[in-house]
Amino acid sequence: MRKQKFLLKTVVYVLLLLGATITTIPFLYMVSTSLKGQTYVFEVPPKFIPTDPTLQNFSDAWNSNNFQGYFMNSVFVSVLTTVIVLISSSMLAFAFARFHFRGKRFLFMIILLTLMIPGMMLIIPQFILAKNLGLLNNLWGLVFVYVAMNIAVNTFLLRGFFEGIPRELEDATRIDGGGFFTIFFKVVLPLSKPALATVAIFTFLFGWDEFVWAVISINEPEKYTLPVAIATFHGAHQTQWGLVFAASLFAIFPVILAFVLLQKHFIKGLTAGSVKG
Amino acid sequence: MEKDLYRSKQVIFFILPAMFFFLAFNTYPILKALQMSFYQWNILMPSESEFIGFDNYLQAMKDPVFWTSLKNSIIYTTVTVPSQMVLGLFVAVLLDQSIKGKAFFRTLYYLPVITSWVVVSLLFKYLFNSQAGLINYILKDFLHIIPSYINWLQEPGTALAVIMLLGIWKGVGWSMVIFLAALQNIPEDLKEAATIDGASPIHFFFKVTLPLLKPTIAFISIMLIIGGFNVFISVLLITGGGPLQKTEVLLTYMYNQGFGNLNFGYGAALSYILGAIIFIISAVQMKIFNKPVDM
Repeated sequence: MRKQKFLLKTVVYVLLLLGATITTIPFLYMVSTSLKGQTYVFEVPPKFIPTDPTLQNFSDAWNSNNFQGYFMNSVFVSVLTTVIVLISSSMLAFAFARFHFRGKRFLFMIILLTLMIPGMMLIIPQFILAKNLGLLNNLWGLVFVYVAMNIAVNTFLLRGFFEGIPRELEDATRIDGGGFFTIFFKVVLPLSKPALATVAIFTFLFGWDEFVWAVISINEPEKYTLPVAIATFHGAHQTQWGLVFAASLFAIFPVILAFVLLQKHFIKGLTAGSVKG
Repeated sequence: MEKDLYRSKQVIFFILPAMFFFLAFNTYPILKALQMSFYQWNILMPSESEFIGFDNYLQAMKDPVFWTSLKNSIIYTTVTVPSQMVLGLFVAVLLDQSIKGKAFFRTLYYLPVITSWVVVSLLFKYLFNSQAGLINYILKDFLHIIPSYINWLQEPGTALAVIMLLGIWKGVGWSMVIFLAALQNIPEDLKEAATIDGASPIHFFFKVTLPLLKPTIAFISIMLIIGGFNVFISVLLITGGGPLQKTEVLLTYMYNQGFGNLNFGYGAALSYILGAIIFIISAVQMKIFNKPVDM
């Protein structure tokens, strides 16, 4: 029996390691390629350990065509999107969780419905709208559309969380004469830090990784965000894979770091809806 | 519950900020796309656009590239969704055992999920390079499975296979995390009781675990099917829909019609066809699983 258990455990570990290898090899190869000089990128046989490892690609990428600017553009867009989504969807979620108002059901249905509509469906009219509002080639144009794309899902998440907060805590504030804004900012929000963290992480990542709307609405190179810059980089330097991957690693490093540090909130956000029922 | 809710005009201040963005950049575009789909849309002078009724939709029915792209989207979804679910559940079951390094493995498996589509698409393009790509080297020179290097991305069949492989590789971690959370919700004493009754682990899995996972399976499958029909960036960056539009999927075709040929009206009609497909599939699935999905 004991022997059997040991055998079973070994099989489990072997399978897990096998899967993990398949998952990570492409990443390791990307890192390896980013450390190779151009002459070694198409070397046959391909080598996992670079022959003359160099950080040249990283310094070239970082200093080339305004890459630092792209990085800052991505920071700007992701941070602003996150802040606006945090404020607006938590307020709307509070309205849904605590108020009775006319058209509440209807409004809720609309938001539910848009969750099922693929964001890409809106890309053509969004382009026309942005053009009419002068929001093409404008980082604010990215922010506004990203906010709109993230409100529905986060309002849902926060509404669920707010409904779980005991009402007694608010009653005390009401008796002391506090208004709805006091309740919202002083009672509900401080108690909702875990849910707000989840919203912040996922919204930030959305802004950081979003490609389609950015590539459609931004044409001026100095306004590129990182995903657009990397794709364009690849288009312009087809065979310079070392350079492309060095740039890619700059873009994904903050994401991986955030995931490793904030794993708890990631998992919570992912599973918030799925295991409820 | 309902009577406990606040009633106050002030609620408008809480609703307005979100609704401003939502109505302007979400609701309005949805309605605008519907309108545009009935026009021969004139980009330079929208007011000159010609109303053509259902012609854009009829055009799609007669458009061979539309059918190719629909076929490819369906193939992509039918292949990638079950693969991600089975593999995701399998890894989740492995991780649900009492093993060391659970968080470590979970992080590794989740890595592709958090990496942007742009980066992983370029990465796969490089791995499946016809001349010095790692995959060709492993298959031919290392494992000796294939006689000569394959032009993965130049042939529609293999190019689609690479794109699907990428979709599966990137998605397994997501299903895994959600399945794992659901598995951990299954009460321990249920497992203990089954062990005492002498039920084999495999028997237990099919008779107890799987039925308990039904809501999770419903949730994951709906999300993945929607995701499958939304495949876009990988196709755009790996093949661009080529060669000869043979690897076009619904969204790349819509994108190429809209922003390549500037057929905005036709593009809008294609997007509504996609929306209708997703809506019908989701509705049917919810019916099958007999319960709405909590998001």
